[in-house]
This record gives sequence, structure tokens and C-alpha cells, in this order.
Amino acid sequence: MKKIESGNVAAALGVKLAKVQVVAAYPITPQTPLTEKLSELIEGDELKAEYITVESEHSALAVCIGAASAGARAFTATSANGLLYMSEQVHWAAGARLPLVMCVVNRGVGAPWTVWNDHQDSISQRDAGWIQIYVNDHQEIIDTVIKAFRLAEAVSIPVMVCYDGYYLSHTYMPFDVPDEQKVDTFLPEYQYKHTLDPQNPENLNTVTMPFARPDRDGVTQPGYMDIRHNLHEELGTAIPVFEQIDAAYKEAFGRGGKPIMSDYRCEGADYIVVSMGSLANRIKDVVDELNDEGVKVGVLSLHLYRPFPREQIIAALENAKGVIVIEKALSYGNEGALFGDIKAALYPCEKRPFVHNYIIGLGGREIKQADLYDSIKASCTASENFEDVSRWIGLNR
Amino acid sequence: MQTGRLYPTFSVQALKQDNMRSDITRIRWHGRGGQGAITAAKIVANAAFVTGYEGIVMVPSFGTERRGAPVSTSLKISKTKINDLSPTENPDIVVVLDHMLLDEVDVTAGLKEGGLLVLNSPRQLQDYQFKNLKLAIADVTTLSSEVGLKKGIVNSGIIGVLARAVDLVEMSVLAKEIEAEFVGKKPAENAQSALLAYERTVMGEM
Repeated sequence: MKKIESGNVAAALGVKLAKVQVVAAYPITPQTPLTEKLSELIEGDELKAEYITVESEHSALAVCIGAASAGARAFTATSANGLLYMSEQVHWAAGARLPLVMCVVNRGVGAPWTVWNDHQDSISQRDAGWIQIYVNDHQEIIDTVIKAFRLAEAVSIPVMVCYDGYYLSHTYMPFDVPDEQKVDTFLPEYQYKHTLDPQNPENLNTVTMPFARPDRDGVTQPGYMDIRHNLHEELGTAIPVFEQIDAAYKEAFGRGGKPIMSDYRCEGADYIVVSMGSLANRIKDVVDELNDEGVKVGVLSLHLYRPFPREQIIAALENAKGVIVIEKALSYGNEGALFGDIKAALYPCEKRPFVHNYIIGLGGREIKQADLYDSIKASCTASENFEDVSRWIGLNR
Repeated sequence: MQTGRLYPTFSVQALKQDNMRSDITRIRWHGRGGQGAITAAKIVANAAFVTGYEGIVMVPSFGTERRGAPVSTSLKISKTKINDLSPTENPDIVVVLDHMLLDEVDVTAGLKEGGLLVLNSPRQLQDYQFKNLKLAIADVTTLSSEVGLKKGIVNSGIIGVLARAVDLVEMSVLAKEIEAEFVGKKPAENAQSALLAYERTVMGEM
């Protein structure tokens, strides 16, 4: 069924179709309408779940961790400082290998306070061990939320579905709401291997020694580092698993096919712009304009940011003359976070394309089409001594 | 350590405007918080979608919103998908739900030359002195009380004025979408308000 609604409502409808059993969330702009919609759906019995009100984001995720540990399908959502307030539990959920799904409605981080969009909030959590997916429009929000539960449950790793605050959360556009019965088949009820069970008590995530050691039955149990290595390795396996899940989704619903990254006019392009979220869609218009002028440039929208799809990145970019990374977050004191990742991935390539970096739209700073055009064109026509620094677009000066 | 440097000055390419796609119709709606400008835009969005427009994006003014304070919403409509989700700076059409806003907000800011201004006002066409635009006026506030709506409900009626002034979406389709949106909230009266405003709209060029 086609609908015109906000991105937050698209997310809520995806959560509803996923038949979550527990929702615990604390409202924060621009995520608030998502939690409001979920509480409305639960109150109206359209979603048979427990909505647990909490006093903070830390507790919201703690409740979800408890619920998932007991075998329930659980969901939360937050933005910006809310995500940072729950950060300790964010790391815990990944270490505990709980298949949670969280929407991060991307917003700049204070101080100073901003309610507007950039990607600093979720990027700052990139090393927590979660799977991070960035989506570009409402259709991708609802589809990805559904796929995210199946992915989280398949690899026992929590998934963040990140979408732009305001640009996506508060805008309205048409999207298709998948058929409920088909979603039930795609995402059946899930039985966890390790659930808290009063009939069969066990300790979970107790203090773990640095070294492997035998348990009381004489079986060698892994140490902390071994357990963390498992998480790292299995994050890697999540890439092909996500591809399979996406293929199954495409089979059932007719949408998908490019879960890791989607490319636009990249085939045979001399230059490729890399970006994430709604900005990547916007750059398509600029790329069209430049191609009309004879500049062979495409745009690569990266969806899966963690685990970082190194091989796919190399395959997509190694034959270009230049790569232009435009992003809404950075590693302060260094450079754009995505820029650094892309450069590192391309380092072993024999014929290494140049990589330029532009920082844009922090805290909702207006992104001008003309600025995007000027920047991309400047990189496409750059001489060899174009300095390798992060360039900030749209500063007030 | 590598640090970001100020963005160097490139020769600024004079672009047509800040938007590159001429296939998009851009409508900016001005109202007051709580007056229902977003609902009105959403109704037109739904009607346009039913009519066959695939690219529909509605962008409410980002940030905080207070009841009674001026708010605006952008609605972009095209036959094909729209990628730019930023509020529109250069509308083709501006819709104003409350004529008193003209004293508070520069509603025609960025309105294209020869663009259309749709206004709910008790005044006459000749009372206004704009330059280089088309003006469509109806006293929606009075008309909507005539059909039995509570005083101040103008977000359904203003749609009739827009429908009369521009051939974007059929009035009959809009009326259906109005009834669907106002289920349980006097749907017939709301649709009637739009139809009446459609009939009473006065238009002129200046």
C-alpha cells in the first residue's frame, strides 16, 4: 500500500511490521514523532508490544538489553546527545551479542545545542561493534528496518538504522508499506539460543579473564580478547549475510539489490563522489548537471558503514581517477571519518585514485546545490598540487 | 597533524538558481502554528500522487514550532523522483492561509517573477499592490463558517483557491482527499468549503 508520510512514520510502520515485542525509548528531537507513533500503535492495540517508559536513553537501551536477553524482539530509537547518553549500553549490547535494532535519527551533537542534522552522533559510535546502515529515503527506511531485524538475529549483532533528522524524519514523501503477511514470512518469530530462563539459570557476561581457562566442567572457555575477536570476525561475515537477506527481500517485495552501496552513473566514470544518507541522493542532481557538461562523474552512496565493506569499496573506486568524499561528520583534529576509511581501503591499490574531502552541513547548515557543484567540479578539474586536506563548505566568512 | 583549512575561493559558477531541476513545481505554504498548513500541503501532496506525480516531497520548516507563530512548509511536485529535500527558496507558487501574515513575513521572498500568490483575505484584489505576480484571492475565513466549519478552519478552503488558480490537480480529486483527511472532523463541510472557495476565487495579474 502506497502512503505519503514522514520518515519517522515510515520507521514506526517498519517496526510495527517487524512485530517487535518491547519498545523502550526516550523522546528527543528529531526522533520524537517516531516514538509517539509507536506508543500510539501500541496503545491502539495495532502493535501488540510492551512500551516501557523510561527516564533516560541509558535506561531505554538497558531495558532493550534486558528484553532481548529474555528472548524478546526489542527496539529503541534516539538522536544526538541521547545516543551519547546511552553510549555505555551501546557498547554493551554489541559485546553481549544481542540482536537489537535501533534507529538513530541523525542530529548534530552539542555543545552548542543544535537540533538540526549531521552525522556526528552515529559516526561517534562507529567503533562500538554495531552494524551501521545509512539510508537515503523513506522507502529505504521502512525496508531497512525490517531487514535489520533479520540481519541482527542472523548474526547476533545489533543494528543501527541511521537516517537524517529533518531531511528524512520530518519530510513527507510517498513510499510503499509492505504487505503484513509477506513480512511475517520474511521475518518469522525468532528463538534465541541463549535466553534468560528461570528454569535453567546461567550467568551472562560476567567478569572474563584476559586468558582462556577451563570452566568447572573442564571445558576451555574463551578469554575477553577471544570473545571480542569473535565479534570482529562475525561483523565481517555480516556483509554476505546482509546481501543474502536483501536478495530474499527483493524476491518477496521487488525492491533492493544494492544493500551495501548504491551507485549512480559510476560505470566508466572518471570521478566518483562518495557520500551517505539523503545527501547522496541530492548529489545525483549535481552529477547529472556535470555529466551534461561533459564531466564523467558518478555518485556512490554508502549504506553499510560498519562493518566497513573494504573489498566492495576497492572494486567500486580503484579504477577512477579521483574520489571525492563529501560528509557530515569528522574525527575532530584529524579529517572526515569516511574520508579516512576510504583512503585506508584504497592504500593497497596499485593505481590509487586521488581522494578529496569536503565537510558540509554540520548542525543543519544549509547545503547549497551551487556549493556541491563548485566543490565537485573543483576536484574533477584539480591539478596535482591540490592539497590533501578536509575542506569545509559553506562556512560563514 | 592534518587540520581542515578554510574552504578556498573557487570561481563561483553562476548557476541558474540554487536548484537545477525545472521539472519541479515548488509551492511554499505560509500559515500559523496550529492552523493546519502542513495538513493542507499533505492533502495536495496526496491528490498529486493519486493524479500520477511520482516525485512528491513535503518539507515542513525545520526546527521548533509554536502555536500562532508564523510557519512555512515547502511542497515540491514532479513526475519523477525528487532528490533535493531542502526547503524551497524559489517557489513558483506561494499559498498564504492568513492575510495578516503579510505584515509579519515576507511571504513573496524568492517567488519567481510572474509566480502565483494564493491568499485567504477579506480584501479585494485591487487592495493589493504586488509587482510581477499573479494573485488569487478568496475570503476563505468567511466562506468556511458559511458551510458550518468552526471559525478559523481555513486549511481545507484554501485548497479550493489554489485549485482554481492553477491546473495542477483536479478539484474533484482534491475534494476526495480532503474528505479522506478530515474523517471524523466534518469531512463533507471541509470539502464543501474548498468547493465554495473554488467558485468564489478572484484572480488577477499585477
